[in-house]
Amino acid sequence: MKKYTYTEKKDTRSGFGAGLLEAGKKNPEVVALCADLVGSLKMDAFIKEFPERFFQIGIAEANMIGIAAGLTIGGKVPFTGTFANFSTGRVYDQIRQSVAYSDKNVKICASHAGLTLGEDGATHQILEDIGLMKMLPGMTVINPCDYNQTKAATIAIAEHHGPVYLRFGRPVIPVFTDPDQKFEIGKAWMVNEGTDVTIIATGHMVWKAIEAGEKLAEMGIDAEIINIHTIKPLDEEAVLKSVKKTGCVVTCEEHNKFGGLGESVARLLSTELPTPQEFVAVNDSFGESGTPDQLMTKYGLDSINIIEAAQKVIKRAKK
Amino acid sequence: MKHTINELEDIASQVRRDIVRMVHACQSGHPGGSLGCADFFTALYFEVMNHSTDFTMDGKGEDLFFLSNGHISPVFYSVLARSGYFDISELATFRKLNSRLQGHPTTHEGLPGIRIASGSLGQGMSVAIGAAQAKKLNKDHSTVYVLLGDGELQEGQNWEAIMYAPHNKVDNLIASVDYNGQQIDGPTEKVLSLENLQAKFEAFGWHVINSDGNDMDSIVKALHYAKTLAGKGKPILNLMSTQMGAGVDFMMGSHKWHGVAPNDEQLATALAQLPSTLKDY
Repeated sequence: MKKYTYTEKKDTRSGFGAGLLEAGKKNPEVVALCADLVGSLKMDAFIKEFPERFFQIGIAEANMIGIAAGLTIGGKVPFTGTFANFSTGRVYDQIRQSVAYSDKNVKICASHAGLTLGEDGATHQILEDIGLMKMLPGMTVINPCDYNQTKAATIAIAEHHGPVYLRFGRPVIPVFTDPDQKFEIGKAWMVNEGTDVTIIATGHMVWKAIEAGEKLAEMGIDAEIINIHTIKPLDEEAVLKSVKKTGCVVTCEEHNKFGGLGESVARLLSTELPTPQEFVAVNDSFGESGTPDQLMTKYGLDSINIIEAAQKVIKRAKK
Repeated sequence: MKHTINELEDIASQVRRDIVRMVHACQSGHPGGSLGCADFFTALYFEVMNHSTDFTMDGKGEDLFFLSNGHISPVFYSVLARSGYFDISELATFRKLNSRLQGHPTTHEGLPGIRIASGSLGQGMSVAIGAAQAKKLNKDHSTVYVLLGDGELQEGQNWEAIMYAPHNKVDNLIASVDYNGQQIDGPTEKVLSLENLQAKFEAFGWHVINSDGNDMDSIVKALHYAKTLAGKGKPILNLMSTQMGAGVDFMMGSHKWHGVAPNDEQLATALAQLPSTLKDY
């Protein structure tokens, strides 16, 4: 197992804030919009640097999506910011008609995704957003795994033409990816090469997959770990290549097991290479109040759950 | 004036012929609101707006128009074709398979003149505001127009946008409301009353003007006047009284022709009331 270490913990939303500032410096057409959550989205640095390129919308997310769509007409590259729930479910039809169907170059940037939003509870913890967004034709869906990758992804989507959903989170988590990485949309990152089981993880679950991989190695199980940061378009080649070698797969995501990364992988494998698969994901449930760690444990999203799923799927593959 | 009022009325008559023929040909679509807005669209595209039929999505240096109540697509398509955005023969494909003239307007098929999809109501005002703010950032001094249905104002997103525009001094925006008092299920006063729209918009900080949307002289004057109000710190609302079905006597003044196509006999009756001033497509 390749060794991963970290010296600090940071929130992925701060990676977004840093990336947005960088994207704004690189391209004068980049503009930002926020629905009364500037501090939470870490947009302050961009606003300070480019006050005339920032639009405070107020608590009016539908209007924000429409204004963003309009700003693209005239060549702007708008980044909208609010919590994941208000970025997707609340404004689904606005995104569908004014952004996706209209092919507008809007970047929908969503913080506080998943259970790790914590104490605010289920009203704010969306676990369905990946599914909602990936079903829209033409929508790119990205869920980076740490501060550095989120920053790099933010810079990369500014250079990509087309609607993008960028999902990140609230809590501080280990920073373990390369600070100078080049983010390639739709290209999986091989975290660790192995032969016994493929573990595919996205977002906050990537570090947990690394923890699980280390424990599995101690048990004599050689896990291949792949970071799928781009859920759509899925890097099908990377998934198939790995699964051909290992013969079994575990998918890990901070999302409902319905409609997420796991289902995208299952769709691919069922048509191309039927393979035993286990899902580490929320089991068709809403979240609740609690600390992020408590919630990840209660809803089965810890490294121990990945280890158990790996052991189970390896047994299934051998039958 | 680029055209006399009489010339504009003649164009509007042809636009009305296009509308009823298009809707008749596919036996679907929305003639009522389309007929009611024929004069407005004609005034906008043939007289008021500075626009180029050499279409670019960004429309830099041009006035832009957005249709929020996308179901009145027949009038939009007719006026775009008659202005020269695409050949009038294409009007015959309206609502048919593989057409660029979808039931509701879309950018998806690449039809020149369309900059946003609309149909799901309540979204056009926000888009127009965004386009207007992009113009300001680009130091582009042209104007953005948007048309909304009156029934459409029941959608909450409009009121988010109506609150936003004055706060942010989006004064290069001229919105018009197709104030016909009708919606699918009946008169707006019965379905969900709009109450005093002028007072509502004024309370939100808009400069409101009134016009008769079926009187070419009134609508041209109102839109020219609206343009003189641009750049003075407030968004402008043209509260435009119209008759659903205007120009075809048996379709006028009722919600019943909102989304119903005429049969052969009704088409003949309608066309007899609408002089062909340009060539039929």
